[in-house]
Amino acid sequence: MSEAAPVTPLRERAGQALQDTFLQQALTIATTKFIGLRREAFDDFPEGEALRDRARAIKEATLQHLDRHLEQLIDSVERGGGHVHYATTADEARRVVLDIAGRAGVRVVVKSKSMATEEIHLNDALEAAGITAVETDLGEYIIQLAHERPSHIIAPAIHKTKGQVAELFARELGRPTEPDPEVLTRIARAELREKFLIADMGISGANFGVADTGTIVLVTNEGNGRMVTSLPRVHVAVMGVEKVIPSMTDLAVFLAILAKSATGQKLSVYTSLVNGPRRGGELEGPEEFHLVLLDSGRIDQLAGPLREALACLRCGACLNVCPVYRQIGGHAYGYTYPGPIGILLTAMLNGPGSVTELAHASSLCGACADACPVRIDIPRMLIELRRDGVERRLPRWPERVVFGVLGRLLRRPALYRLAARVGRVLQRPFVRGGTIRRLPLFLGHWTRTRDLPPIAGRTFQERWARLAREDHP
Amino acid sequence: MVTCLGDLFYPEVGEAIVRLLRRLGVAVDFPAGQTCCGLPLFNSGYHADAAAAARRTIALFEGAEAVVVPSGSCAWMVKHEYPGLMTDPAGRAAAERLAGRTHELSQFLVKRLGRRRFRSAVPGRLTYHDSCHLLRGLQEAESPRALLRDLAGAEFVDLPGADECCGFGGSFAVRLPEVSAAVLDKKLASVEATGADCVVACDAGCLMQMRGGLSRRRSRVRAVHLAEVLGEPR
Repeated sequence: MSEAAPVTPLRERAGQALQDTFLQQALTIATTKFIGLRREAFDDFPEGEALRDRARAIKEATLQHLDRHLEQLIDSVERGGGHVHYATTADEARRVVLDIAGRAGVRVVVKSKSMATEEIHLNDALEAAGITAVETDLGEYIIQLAHERPSHIIAPAIHKTKGQVAELFARELGRPTEPDPEVLTRIARAELREKFLIADMGISGANFGVADTGTIVLVTNEGNGRMVTSLPRVHVAVMGVEKVIPSMTDLAVFLAILAKSATGQKLSVYTSLVNGPRRGGELEGPEEFHLVLLDSGRIDQLAGPLREALACLRCGACLNVCPVYRQIGGHAYGYTYPGPIGILLTAMLNGPGSVTELAHASSLCGACADACPVRIDIPRMLIELRRDGVERRLPRWPERVVFGVLGRLLRRPALYRLAARVGRVLQRPFVRGGTIRRLPLFLGHWTRTRDLPPIAGRTFQERWARLAREDHP
Repeated sequence: MVTCLGDLFYPEVGEAIVRLLRRLGVAVDFPAGQTCCGLPLFNSGYHADAAAAARRTIALFEGAEAVVVPSGSCAWMVKHEYPGLMTDPAGRAAAERLAGRTHELSQFLVKRLGRRRFRSAVPGRLTYHDSCHLLRGLQEAESPRALLRDLAGAEFVDLPGADECCGFGGSFAVRLPEVSAAVLDKKLASVEATGADCVVACDAGCLMQMRGGLSRRRSRVRAVHLAEVLGEPR
């Protein structure tokens, strides 16, 4: 239970997001662009469908023997001169990183984009220990300046327009400028260059950890990942345990679909393979390399209802296509991981009780499962989380009453027909010109924005007798 | 199978289907005692009650040669979720038999009967919205479009973003009503931009959502069920 629950209800958070015109503008532009690019990338890549199946099969096979693959990864990293730490909880992971930093006398940390470190709220812990942490991915840099958190798995500042970023740079960096992405990037690059040179430690995540070679793989677009992992004297990579893959051959399968799903690129601009600390004769690389393996609820799901979610590559494709995410953005979800997969990951990391509301933040349209490169059946698991909540009697009593009544009506046709007749009487005061424009109670949630058809004067069942006779005049 | 929404709110859709099937030479029966397939209960996590609804439905349709369903989501429930809800081998076998005999209307017409040429009962310009369960659940994008493209007396136009959800999602529409309405707004804006007179759907849920939105915004566009536009066979 590592993350604090949001204080306001989901509906309120969503409502605020819907009112935020900048957010709406930014979300529509960015997600529409991502959807188009992804579609084009796969349209040009007929072998993509088979590779998605292959990638899923590799993940499944790896999860079957996760212990073995992790042992092999640990062994390979240690043989290469690196250190491996296993953190059962987020708190443990933070302490491991702080210990490493303390021993190495670290004052300044540069970070490349990593959801695993976001998940454990590492920046707060570093700051509390008096260590300056600087995010070097442009999006992460922007939200760090704004004192915000990522709102998308791969595009952390997706919720900001370029105008807002220009204002932020003017305010926080004293660099007034036009809202031109190129100029803004140049400013950020100049600011960050200095940090790279003074940093004692680089912290990264890991897209993959290759067991047989001990290689940590980073998929990035800005080149900051390379600097983070090679310039400072200490490199720490924080990796979820499920990110291990057996071999380089497997890596090729994932790389073929990952960037296409995420950004629609054939490959990301940089694919960095990090093989531990600098070895004798090498000119660059850190003196120390540490791999922090993060469990934090993942291992439990090997035998749990969310097991499939352990195959997630963190590409963000399911967010871009989700009608709910596209309307409310990432922050409204209230936890580190937003979007459809984020609900599952939140349940995994913080327990199913954390998603009682969030499990319903989906119309179950299935666009997420369709877009997922490894075909994770997200809607099925959302329903599973809802079922789990019902079994533990988590929904509030009015909901349980409504569904309890519905359950009974559906089992007793006479009662169902009676309810239709009663409904017809009760609806009378609300019907105007053949439609219902306003209703009380929870039905008012519908009629505030939409009309509702009244129960028909004669239902189909009531019409059937006459309809049956039509056939035999 | 008329489905609960079809029975209570859109009986004319059920009537249209019965007449359509009869014109195609299909004998139509309507087993008495139908209520709802149980999808709303299933999707909200009330699986014991959903299983009870499933068992009733399976028993009701035991004798039917084919079961035609006007909504993709209910067809999906019967075909994909019923077997898993049955805990006993006999129940599961019966669920699987029903799953195999159950067809969403457009699939029944095109794939089972091989009939796709009709006169339009609604003149003008039509566009089509994919309902999520039919498209992604039953993997059906083509049958409804084939029927609409071949329609004599109407013009068919593509709907940009036709595969995007209308925001209904059952209880989702009242749990997060503002989000549901915002998704709907986007859908209706693209519908109106096509210049179509009617948006056609194969799911009573989408129909309820889109009709509700169109009528609230006093749009000249109508949302209609596929069965309402299919006239005389040709």
